[in-house]
Amino acid sequence: MSPYLLAAESASDNRPLIVTLFAVFVLATLGITVWAGRQTKDATDFYAGGRQFSGFQNGLAISGDYMSAASFLGIAGAIALSGYDGFLYSIGFLVAWLVALLLVAEPLRNSGRYTMGDVLAYRMRQRPVRTAAGVSTIVVSIFYLLAQMAGAGVLVSLLLGITSEAGKILIVVLVGVVMILYVTIGGMKGTTWVQMVKAVLLIAGTLLITFLVLLKFHFNISDLLGEAAKNSGIGESFLEPGLKYGLNATTKLDFISLGIALVLGTAGLPHILIRFYTVPTARAARNSVNWAIGIIGLFYLMTIALGFGAAALLKHDDIIASNKSGNTAAPLLAEEIGGGPDSTGGAILLAVISAVAFATILAVVAGLTLASSSSFAHDLYANVIRKGEATQKEEISAARWATVGIGTVAVVLGVFARDLNVAGLVALAFAVAASANLPTILYSLFWKRFTTQGALWSIYGGLISSVLLVLFSPVVSGKETSMFPDVDFHWFPLENPGLISIPLGFLLGWLGTIVSKEQPDKDKYAELEVRSLTGHGAH
Amino acid sequence: MDTAPANDRPDDPRQFDRSAYAEVQASPEFGELRGAHRSFAFPLTIAFVSWYLLYVLLSNYAGGFMGTKIVGHINVALVFGLAQFLTTFLIAWWYSRHAATKLDPRAQAIKSRLEERS
Repeated sequence: MSPYLLAAESASDNRPLIVTLFAVFVLATLGITVWAGRQTKDATDFYAGGRQFSGFQNGLAISGDYMSAASFLGIAGAIALSGYDGFLYSIGFLVAWLVALLLVAEPLRNSGRYTMGDVLAYRMRQRPVRTAAGVSTIVVSIFYLLAQMAGAGVLVSLLLGITSEAGKILIVVLVGVVMILYVTIGGMKGTTWVQMVKAVLLIAGTLLITFLVLLKFHFNISDLLGEAAKNSGIGESFLEPGLKYGLNATTKLDFISLGIALVLGTAGLPHILIRFYTVPTARAARNSVNWAIGIIGLFYLMTIALGFGAAALLKHDDIIASNKSGNTAAPLLAEEIGGGPDSTGGAILLAVISAVAFATILAVVAGLTLASSSSFAHDLYANVIRKGEATQKEEISAARWATVGIGTVAVVLGVFARDLNVAGLVALAFAVAASANLPTILYSLFWKRFTTQGALWSIYGGLISSVLLVLFSPVVSGKETSMFPDVDFHWFPLENPGLISIPLGFLLGWLGTIVSKEQPDKDKYAELEVRSLTGHGAH
Repeated sequence: MDTAPANDRPDDPRQFDRSAYAEVQASPEFGELRGAHRSFAFPLTIAFVSWYLLYVLLSNYAGGFMGTKIVGHINVALVFGLAQFLTTFLIAWWYSRHAATKLDPRAQAIKSRLEERS
């Protein structure tokens, strides 16, 4: 019997402990949600948490929204299996915050109200641009949701020893129900508090595992890396770039594509952008990004210990046997570092880290669902369908129903995505965000001439090209690790579309503008520029 | 009407001085504020994105250099990666200092003047 099965068995022996921790987290956060829901009276409360949070609180919540299952489970797994190449994720995910800090956070906070679409459509014709922004928000969020749902299914089936398909589906459904409750009852207030709690738990859990791993190597990083290289069976090249992406010219291009998508994606992620509306001023938005950079940076530094620790202390075959893409490396490492599969310490640490991962997933899916249902209600329903005539009450009610709808879609898709590496899946969401959203955000804020046609070409061009390239990439078909491994209709060689679709999004925004006959609205741009830089008239 | 956003209803506080925005935009004070933001943020963005891309490209095409050992099992690739963390923290700190001293006072002055007009 393989040690992985032993792990699953010992996990199932400890099922009561794990279930208890999960239940405590879910009940506590639902309690917070109900409390927050009681204070949610108007649209600003529902969409923006009343704009009452401090820079530090929002920084913590941004970290909670951003450090997803992809970061915790995905990066640890990617480093554990591919060595140094997995570390690119950590670096790209962090550096990306500078784009948000220098160019996006403050002007967005100053000029928008509830959604990304508020800023994109500010000086454009409202209905077409809001429609595009709404569609793009929902597509990006669903890609991201898919990754989190995949993580949830994998994690829980490992932990609770659930092997039946029905059991795994049930878990994904359960995650969906809890996230729908968070968002419909608590709105942005409830979601923000859940994210803060989760960020504290995740940082504490990761610090604990990092400390224990480093303790084992007497705080000698070099020894840890050496052991990881030796135990991986690959040797020193495990610590060098190229193990996963250095195979041939195509994989090298894929690495560049991934790198670009990571660094440009963050500032186009709708669920991150709407967090800037929860603070009172642009200055507080800046502070919240600084806190987030500090917290997220600390966390990603610790992925070195998690990933290489897993490579050093676990058997490569066990990691793969547990999950093909390495998504369970972090919880398995927790069990090992706590004393091994048959020890009480191992069982407790496994349960704690699993509960943290579960909390991580729940908080992130809540943020994503809120972003997409807000955009549905505010951009599509209130401004496009009802042409600005909907009351706040009707708008919030639309947002709640949209939450149920999007939650259901996420659950259905999540069932199909179980075996993909969650970090890779999230990278796709980053690529779509960087292609469809970032060009229009930057052009809108900084380019006087930008027109409605430019915005539409950029959003739809970036969105359609990135999604089509993914559809015909090895992520979906043609490889053993694909979503549909038994069929092959792929013709695009790269797993990440960013290298093509991001420049295309920027190019189309420029081209659509210079060939359009419409004159840019100079007064509207004056208004946007003055407001975005000074904060005058900010909501 | 197609061009009227929902947040431009008559009760909206920023309805009041539309024409003032174009005037402020053309003022030298606002030009200074815009210049202070753009001349800092744009070159710095190009710099950190290039620095990051250099790291990505070296990882891809300079495996030998990146694999060079510095101390024990710690190689150039790891140090380069950690340097990206360090520069990210430093740039965030530098921008925030710039914003607090060069941007915030100018923005506040223009904003106050706009508010006085209403």
